[in-house]
Amino acid sequence: MSVIKIENLSYTYNEGLPGATKALDNINLEIEEGTFVGVIGHTGCGKSTLISHLNGLTKPQQGAIYLNGKNIWTEYPSIRDVRFNVGLVFQYPEYQLFEESIYKDIAFGPKNMGLDDEEVDRRVKMAAKFVGIPEYALEGSPFDLSGGQKRRVAIAGIIAMQPKVLVLDEPCAGLDPEGREQILSQVKNYHKETGSTVILVSHSMEDIANYADKVLVMEQGKVYNYADTEEIFQDAENLSKMGLGIPDITKVFLKLKEMGLDIDTDVYTIPYAIKTLLKYKEKNGGGHNA
Amino acid sequence: MIKATNLLFGYSEEREKALNGVNFTAEKGEFIAVLGSNGCGKSTLAKHFNAILLPEEGTVEVEGMLTTQDDRLFDIRQKVGMVFQNPDNQIVATIVEEDVAFALENMGVEPSEIRRRIDEAMEKTGVYKFKDKAPHHLSGGQKQRVAIAGIIAMRPDYIVLDEPTAMLDPEGRRKVLKTIKSLNKEYGITVILITHYMDEAAQADRIVVMSKGKVVKEGTPKEIFSQVELVKSLSLDVPQTSEIAYELGKLGHNLSTEAISIDECAQQLYNFLKG
Repeated sequence: MSVIKIENLSYTYNEGLPGATKALDNINLEIEEGTFVGVIGHTGCGKSTLISHLNGLTKPQQGAIYLNGKNIWTEYPSIRDVRFNVGLVFQYPEYQLFEESIYKDIAFGPKNMGLDDEEVDRRVKMAAKFVGIPEYALEGSPFDLSGGQKRRVAIAGIIAMQPKVLVLDEPCAGLDPEGREQILSQVKNYHKETGSTVILVSHSMEDIANYADKVLVMEQGKVYNYADTEEIFQDAENLSKMGLGIPDITKVFLKLKEMGLDIDTDVYTIPYAIKTLLKYKEKNGGGHNA
Repeated sequence: MIKATNLLFGYSEEREKALNGVNFTAEKGEFIAVLGSNGCGKSTLAKHFNAILLPEEGTVEVEGMLTTQDDRLFDIRQKVGMVFQNPDNQIVATIVEEDVAFALENMGVEPSEIRRRIDEAMEKTGVYKFKDKAPHHLSGGQKQRVAIAGIIAMRPDYIVLDEPTAMLDPEGRRKVLKTIKSLNKEYGITVILITHYMDEAAQADRIVVMSKGKVVKEGTPKEIFSQVELVKSLSLDVPQTSEIAYELGKLGHNLSTEAISIDECAQQLYNFLKG
């Protein structure tokens, strides 16, 4: 069964006013439980508006959102229950830290869920472990940490609620390559070990290519495509035309095709590129037929 | 020329020095990219170039003026403009053209001259068509170009950009980078670009790599990115174009990691497949 189902969802900012902007235009989408979904699209394509609907921060003007088959606004006792199940990590979440110790900051969510101290403690330690914060560091102040570490504390605060669906909006913006890699592989581990659904919004096609099982491409408030990652990259040429910075390696393969080689261009990661190159070389027997 | 000599700087007594003996030179007309992991001291160094921060030890000179010379502060800031990461923190006025004119008004430039200079600056950065708009109606990339226009209007010889594209989408990034390159190539402004994006650094004339408060490597993009292992050991990355050559190398195929542009890489792979 799908964990999230979006039905005929539309949303317009400043509805009825001269500055009205249609942010979402009749979105229909089902996300299967346990999928790692990458979301891409231009600034202003409606990505953020869409994800703010998933945990009820924004109420649909038209259409509905279902979590585990139940309408989040009419079939749950309160929207709080939905928010415990759909954890949203905003852009630059490090600015939302506020507690005096890292431990207390991570514990804030689970405490508000009404869990007992023992369970809160278990969850804080579990979440800290996932994001690579050692137990001895938990009593320190979050404000003494570097930007990348602060961000991992903020993510741990959401993970500690053990949401069924973890939504991250640009979790790697402004981090160096190693920081990006760390956060994304920690999220991936969490995804694998807990089987939870992850929705990752990113401008980086490379990151999405490396981590996501399925990709949602949005354009002007509509779903342009929602499919397996390989399938999405078969359309690389069009994505590139839409201005969605495709990975350099994909550009190289498009170029090879342009140079007259009959080679697959759905290449989006380095290992896959190497496999494709070697396969091509083997099939065409090196230079003998050139 | 901007020149830092044995530069030492720390934010507090207890912590390690943010800059620990940096030597750095930017010649006039260069396009330099500064790379380094978070916390390596890149931004601290940048803030020394127009005297936002002053050296604890060592010196920073801008065209022969020491940044510690109080009476030259005005001249230094006019020569070296800074653009920061977050466009929202740099825009002060409610109309684009007023924002671009802000510094000139403070400098007491003649109104007719202001008009001329801001029009020129807005043309160069491609924001002229939004000149009457409110900045908060613009996208991040557009706002960043407005911030750059405000700097250009002062006619600086140097422009220092501290991760100007970190908050932008690919389209915004592309346009900002194109603007930066044209300022360098067409108008001869010296550019010092701090970035985490390897593809941006690959377009510079020279790359300076920092680690733990020091400059650890300098060279052309080809020289730097062809040293895949070294770059990765510094928590950085190489463009995918170098990486594929490197990975194929590990499998016993001899390819050059210096082919970093898309065309060079494609040509090399073409030869590899046909060869």
